[in-house]
Amino acid sequence: MEFLVASAIGILTAGGIYLMLRLRSFPVILGISLLTYAVNVFLFTSGRLTIGAAPILAEGATAYTDPLPQALVLTAIVISFGMTAVVVMIGLGAFLGSGDDHVDDQPAPETADAEGRS
Amino acid sequence: MSHWIIAPIVLPALLAPFIVLAARYHIGIQRALSLAGVVALVALAFGLAWQASDGTITLYQLGDWAAPFGIVLVADALSTLMVLLTSLLAFCVLLYAIGSGWDARGRHFHALFQFQLMGIIGAFLTGDLFNLFVFFEVLLIASYGLMIHAGGNARMRAGVQYVLFNLIGSTLFLFALGAIYAETGTLNMADLARRVALIGPDETVGIRVAAVLLLLVFAIKAALVPLHFWLPSSYAEAPAPVAALFAIMTKVGAYAIIRVYTLIFPPALAATQGLHDLWLLPAALVSVAIGMAGVLAAKTLDRLVAFAVIGSMGMVMVTISLFTPEGIAAALYYIVHSTLAGAALFLIADLVRTGRGSLELTAQPPMAGAALSAALFFVGAIAMAGLPPLSGFLGKLLVLNASFTAPQAVWIWAVVLVSSLVGILGFARAGSLLFWKAKSLPPQEGETANAAPHPLAYVAAGGLIALLVGHTVFAGQIHGHTSKIAAQLFDPAPYMQSVLDTAGKLSTPQEGH
Repeated sequence: MEFLVASAIGILTAGGIYLMLRLRSFPVILGISLLTYAVNVFLFTSGRLTIGAAPILAEGATAYTDPLPQALVLTAIVISFGMTAVVVMIGLGAFLGSGDDHVDDQPAPETADAEGRS
Repeated sequence: MSHWIIAPIVLPALLAPFIVLAARYHIGIQRALSLAGVVALVALAFGLAWQASDGTITLYQLGDWAAPFGIVLVADALSTLMVLLTSLLAFCVLLYAIGSGWDARGRHFHALFQFQLMGIIGAFLTGDLFNLFVFFEVLLIASYGLMIHAGGNARMRAGVQYVLFNLIGSTLFLFALGAIYAETGTLNMADLARRVALIGPDETVGIRVAAVLLLLVFAIKAALVPLHFWLPSSYAEAPAPVAALFAIMTKVGAYAIIRVYTLIFPPALAATQGLHDLWLLPAALVSVAIGMAGVLAAKTLDRLVAFAVIGSMGMVMVTISLFTPEGIAAALYYIVHSTLAGAALFLIADLVRTGRGSLELTAQPPMAGAALSAALFFVGAIAMAGLPPLSGFLGKLLVLNASFTAPQAVWIWAVVLVSSLVGILGFARAGSLLFWKAKSLPPQEGETANAAPHPLAYVAAGGLIALLVGHTVFAGQIHGHTSKIAAQLFDPAPYMQSVLDTAGKLSTPQEGH
C-alpha cells in the first residue's frame, strides 16, 4: 500500500515536471494539473495511511485516522481547481489574441509597444 | 478578546463583493466605496500598529478555538508594521488609479483591488502556515485578475507566464506543508517552533527538506535570483497602479522568510544550519548584481523599474540572510523604503507613458507635463539608487553597518557598493535620455500631442515621494522601532506563550506540551 501510493505520487510528479518544462501553454497547464494531483495525494498521506478507520468521533470506533489532512486536501483541491480554470482562460485569451501559445518571451514586433498596451 | 485584529481582513472581504453586486455599473460609486474602504483600512492599521508598538502581542482565536486546533491571527510589531505599509501604499495607488483613469479601462478593478488587499493583509496577520497558504492564494488570484486588467495581447501573454510561475510556487508550497505536517503533526507556527526544536539530530531529513522547499516558495515570491524570471515581464506589462501595488507582494515573501526563519527554523537550529549563509546570502548578492545590471541594460523604462525592484529585493534579502537583530532591523527599514520607492517609480513610469506615448529609452520629442514628471523621476531615482539625502542612502548605510562584522562582509560591501554605482549610471542614463535629449529634437509636426497626466495622478505619485521623505526625516524613530521589532523576533518565547497558552475551546493549558 505505502509503495503503491508513494510510486503513484512519484510518477505523477515526474510526469508533471516533464510536461511543465515544455514550450507551449497546453502541455504546461496539463503538467501543472498532474503536479497538483500529486500534491493532493501527498497531502492526503501526510497524516499516515490508515484503512477503515473513522476520521471523526463515532460510536464504537476503536481506531481513528487523522482528519486534518482530509480538510487540507479539500482546500487544496478547490484552490487548484479554481487556479487551473483561471490559467486556462488566460491562456486561451492569450492564444486567441496573438495566435501563438508559446509560454516563453518572443521577440516583440517593433510597433507593438506604443498602442497595444493602453 | 478584541475583534479589531480581524477587521482589516473582513472589511475588504465584505467590501469587494458589495462593489461587484451593488455598484457594478457605476464607476463613481465604486471609486467612493473603494476609497472609503482604504481610508478606513489606514485608520485601522494605525490603530493596530499603535497597539503593538510597545511590544504587546495581540492574539485573535477564530471561533474561540485554542491555538494548535484552531486558526489564530497574531498582531505583533512586525505584522502590524507590514499592514500599515500595505494600507498606506494602497491609498496612494488607489488615488493614482482613479486619477489616471486606469480603473475605468476594464471591469471590476476596485473589487479585485479589495480582494488583493484582503489577501496581503491576511498573509501578514495569520499565525498558521496553512492559513498563510490560503491567503497567498487569495492575493494571487486577485492579482491574476488585476494583472490582465484592461487586456491587450502583450499583457495576456505576460499574464500566462505570471500565473503559471505562481501555480508552480503554490504547488511547491503544498508539498512543503505536507512534509511539515507529516514530520510534526501541526501547522500552527508557534506550535511548530516548539516541536521542530524537539526533533532529534538523527531524524531531521524530512524537516530539512521541508525547510528548503519552504524557502524556495518564499524566494519565488520575493523574486530572488534565480527564481526571478516571472517578475520583469509581468511587472512591466501589468497596468501601472497594479505594478505599484505588486511592489508589496515581493515583500510578502520577505516577510514570510523573516517570520518562518526566525520563529520555526531559527539560525541556531542545527537541522537547518547553512541554509542562510551558504544558500540565501549568495543568491541575494547575485540578485543585487543582476537587478542593477538590468537597470543599466533595460531598453524600456518599465523594465528598468522592474529590475530595480529585483535589485532592491536582493538588498533586502542580503540583510535578512545575516539573521542578526541588526540585520533584521536594517532589512525592515529597507523593506519600507524599497516598497515606497518601487511603487513611486512604477507610477512615475506611467506618468511618462501618458505624456510621451511610449517608454522606450530613446530620444523623442518633449513629452506633455515633462517638468513635473522629470522632477518626480529625479527624486524617485535618487531614492531607488541610494544617493543621499533620501532613505535609500540611509537604508544602504544600515545594511553595510549591519554586515560589517559578518564573515562575508567583503563580498557584501563589494557587491552593494559596485552595484549601487551601476544603478546610478542606469538611472542617470534613463533620465537624461527621457528628459534632456528631448530638448535637442524638434517637435514633430502633424502629430497630435499627448494630454498631460491628470493632477490627481501627480498627487498620488507625489504622495509616495512624500512618504519616502517622511521615511528619511523620521529615520531615527523608524529604525528604533524596527530594532525593537527585531529584538521581539529574536526572543520568540512571548509570542509562543501568547499563542499557545491563551485559553479557548479544547485548550488544556495546565498540562503544557
